[in-house]
Amino acid sequence: MAKGVKPRVKVPKTAAAGETITIKTLISHKMESGQRKDGDGNIIPRSIINRFTADFNGQNVIDVTLEPAISTNPYFQFEAVVPESGEFKFTWYDDDGSVYETSKKVAVE
Amino acid sequence: MSEVSRRTVLSLGSATLAITALAGVPAFASLTDDSIAAFTGGADVVDGGVELTAPEIAENGNTVPIEVSAPGAVAIIVLASGNPNPGVATFNFGPLSGSRSGSTRIRLAKTQDVVAVAKMEDGTFHKASANVKVTIGGCGG
Repeated sequence: MAKGVKPRVKVPKTAAAGETITIKTLISHKMESGQRKDGDGNIIPRSIINRFTADFNGQNVIDVTLEPAISTNPYFQFEAVVPESGEFKFTWYDDDGSVYETSKKVAVE
Repeated sequence: MSEVSRRTVLSLGSATLAITALAGVPAFASLTDDSIAAFTGGADVVDGGVELTAPEIAENGNTVPIEVSAPGAVAIIVLASGNPNPGVATFNFGPLSGSRSGSTRIRLAKTQDVVAVAKMEDGTFHKASANVKVTIGGCGG
């Protein structure tokens, strides 16, 4: 499932120093749970994103472990403190070893 | 996880579900208790101190929006007691985390209790649960 995976992230472009901002992330992924069966009754093997992390200038904000009970196209909303200008880095880890990354800059005024 | 062990876990899960359904006990299959124990290391879990927001009725069990928040938490684990596999997600909060909260969307197989257990900075554990009525289950099959 390395194809068609598109991460989308919403982060404010600017913030005050030390401000707490809300971040929303969404990534397109079918999150096959390993519970479903195909037309012949065979179990469709599990294929999910099992970990999501967000870092700001190398410091961790949140690190989420995902299980098959997370819905298709995993969505997360959380809050982060922005001490200075810098860059958020978001990383998703797939069961198949793929790693999806995206980053967003935030300027402190 | 290997194919065999997953199958074993799954069969265990459905067995527990069947027993729970027969006995008419709404909550806490043993698998959920096991998951909580694995998270807490056997420590006492106090009710309250965690906020778990979930809809009372979810029409579609495939995407149920939930939100957890616990001031002063270092980690929050979310469990769905009525799913074949109770684990849902574990939120670990880093040094730059704002309010210790997170929202996501989860799958629920049937009407059940969703449980959130938070590990606090002082090492204590807090718990909250919410009952969600599911109209259409979300585990495929």
